[in-house]
Amino acid sequence: MDMNRREFLQLLAIASAGGFLLKNSESYAATDAARMYQLPGYGNVSLLHITDSHAQLNPMYFREPEINLGVGTTNGQPPHLVGAALLKRFGIRPGTPEAHAFTCLNFTEAARNYGKVGGFAHLATLVKQIRAARPGALLLDGGDTWQGSGLALWSKGQDMIEACLELGVDIMTTHFECMYGAQRIKEAEEGVLRGKLEIVAQNVKTTDFGDPVFKPYVIREINTVPVAIIGQAFPYSTIANPRYFVPDWSYGIQEENLQLTIDEARKKGAQVVVLLSHNGMDVDLKLASRVSGLDAILGGHTHDGIPTPVPVKNRGGITLVTNAGSNGKFLGVLDFDVKAGKVAGFRYKLLPVFANLLQADASMTALIQRLRAPHEGKLTEKLASTDGLLYRRGNFNGSFDQLILDALMKEKDAPIAFSPGFRWGTSLLPGSAITMEDVLNQTAITYPYTTLTEMTGAQIKTVLEDVGDNLFNPDPYYQQGGDMVRVGGLEYTCEPGAVMGKRIQDMRLHGKPLEASKTYKVAGWAPVSEAARDKGGEPIWDLVARHLRNEKIVKVSAPNVPKLKGVAGNPGMV
Amino acid sequence: MNTEIDLARRKALKAGGGIGLFALFGALGLLRPGMAFADWNKTAFSAKTMDEALTAMGVATPENNAVFIQLTVPEIAENGAIVPVKVASTLLNVEQISILVDKNPNVLAANFIFPAGTESMVTTRVKMGQTCNVVALVKADGKFYRTSKEVKVTAGGCGG
Repeated sequence: MDMNRREFLQLLAIASAGGFLLKNSESYAATDAARMYQLPGYGNVSLLHITDSHAQLNPMYFREPEINLGVGTTNGQPPHLVGAALLKRFGIRPGTPEAHAFTCLNFTEAARNYGKVGGFAHLATLVKQIRAARPGALLLDGGDTWQGSGLALWSKGQDMIEACLELGVDIMTTHFECMYGAQRIKEAEEGVLRGKLEIVAQNVKTTDFGDPVFKPYVIREINTVPVAIIGQAFPYSTIANPRYFVPDWSYGIQEENLQLTIDEARKKGAQVVVLLSHNGMDVDLKLASRVSGLDAILGGHTHDGIPTPVPVKNRGGITLVTNAGSNGKFLGVLDFDVKAGKVAGFRYKLLPVFANLLQADASMTALIQRLRAPHEGKLTEKLASTDGLLYRRGNFNGSFDQLILDALMKEKDAPIAFSPGFRWGTSLLPGSAITMEDVLNQTAITYPYTTLTEMTGAQIKTVLEDVGDNLFNPDPYYQQGGDMVRVGGLEYTCEPGAVMGKRIQDMRLHGKPLEASKTYKVAGWAPVSEAARDKGGEPIWDLVARHLRNEKIVKVSAPNVPKLKGVAGNPGMV
Repeated sequence: MNTEIDLARRKALKAGGGIGLFALFGALGLLRPGMAFADWNKTAFSAKTMDEALTAMGVATPENNAVFIQLTVPEIAENGAIVPVKVASTLLNVEQISILVDKNPNVLAANFIFPAGTESMVTTRVKMGQTCNVVALVKADGKFYRTSKEVKVTAGGCGG
């Protein structure tokens, strides 16, 4: 076995942590919890931040990416750091619970050691604890909260609305929330959320007169300091997702309008101005350099768990940019010391939520049980088991996506399959049962139709180039924040740093070059067009469930990923 | 920016109905049939390339000037068939604002003539077939200025 000294030391650290855990797990947990969660208050204005929980009410496993490449100026910069490079950059010791929370290193072993993460009952305990030392703190939710599970899908987000009210969320912005339709979100805003939880978004306007759809911002007093929270919904909600759910609304980054909104909030007396954003971290970093007057951007969408904020200079001073991960794994805590009407100092901590280290909150537990009870039988149906690790996150493919691709190709009798590059979707450890709930955790969207399309080689290339540009365009404003479309059957080479039209090379099917004019059968799901919706198409979860019932035991193989060109030494890959 | 007033205006306009709205514009003289065709430059509107269009409009080399022209377009079009474009200028004596779409079959999309004393701002929607630059061309005091921004037209999907 080849092993350098550093790897040996890392292994030793994990082994000792594991051994310790076996011998003395109680005191280990107590020490760790005390170290991690005793966060003394600071300053006079505190904001708690969750984002992209994707409806994961119960603790789960979530493997962070082993590949998250930055191109051009973003190469080697947060959030494009993974594994050891991320630990080094943020000074996190390998073999610690934090190292497990922020990276994919030794994932299976570490996951078995430290247990599941997230869960709203555990998060609720943490929120209460952190709030106790921070009177008046606001809890902000960056969106992608009402989607990502069977329960959320069947109740159109009602379960998450109730859980967020119970958790004490004050203000939120949106992405997938809008994919239950404009009527649903407005009805929730004007009904169950009224007076309790505000939805803010400065960048959503009506298509006719450009009227605001949601409040652009709210101003709240925290310990007598007026604080403005401006909302930024996912700018490409109508492009990356079906337009037909919100036909009368228009999104976009709306930089100019954001500046006007910041200026207006300042004029009204706000001493702290924060953007609650669903832009994705690369977009937020660029935006922070171009607008002035923001003290911080609390970001989400790209699911980057970034331990410390990135300070970005602009003509007004410095804006802190954060990103708080996904799936309920993290709670961001931003404390400001505001003196004489200005931010004089700050502290930030992104706390991982380890279910084993935080007692479940009783009333949240009761709520989750009540919400699940009518569906428990359907959710817990065992479809198969897996002999290997199933995960999704990563720029090109994950083993859970490979499973979906295999199911599509087999069930649709197609040599090629596409699966969208979503960044949500939980992980399953080797030896786990795969339940209907697990399948829905990867697939629960309101446009789940499976498709079978005849495409020419040229069309396939166009699609891959198009999605590749949404991920690797050197200008973040042209990125949409998802990962590359997962590809089954087809082999190709990808050069992320090349220009659009030149990134996708050497496409081959069964070893033979793809022919531009020849047609191929391509299976897929999650089409964004109205025509595909009208055509119907079996929901992806039914197709995958059928496949799993037949397979019984999933033999996990290495996911089909492209050969990469021009990325040697990039710290965005392990 | 004031949400309540905007919503009230919206409700009032909705209650008034679509036909009423257009009648109102008509009464104010904002829409006069044939008005837009007064200075129809057929050669310019038929031009297939940027150079042809500029030549037909009598533009030699426009000065690049992003400071005095504010061009507002989406980075990525929500719908290539109706891409909102807003052009405003802080230049004095603006006579003409034109919008050109680099890779459209007909490059010149719109041309607005400004009578003296008119606020130099236009907003409209253009159709775009593919990702390319949208150019705003402003004529002020007989001189041409331009700025451009790329608008991406994409197939969509796969976000999040």
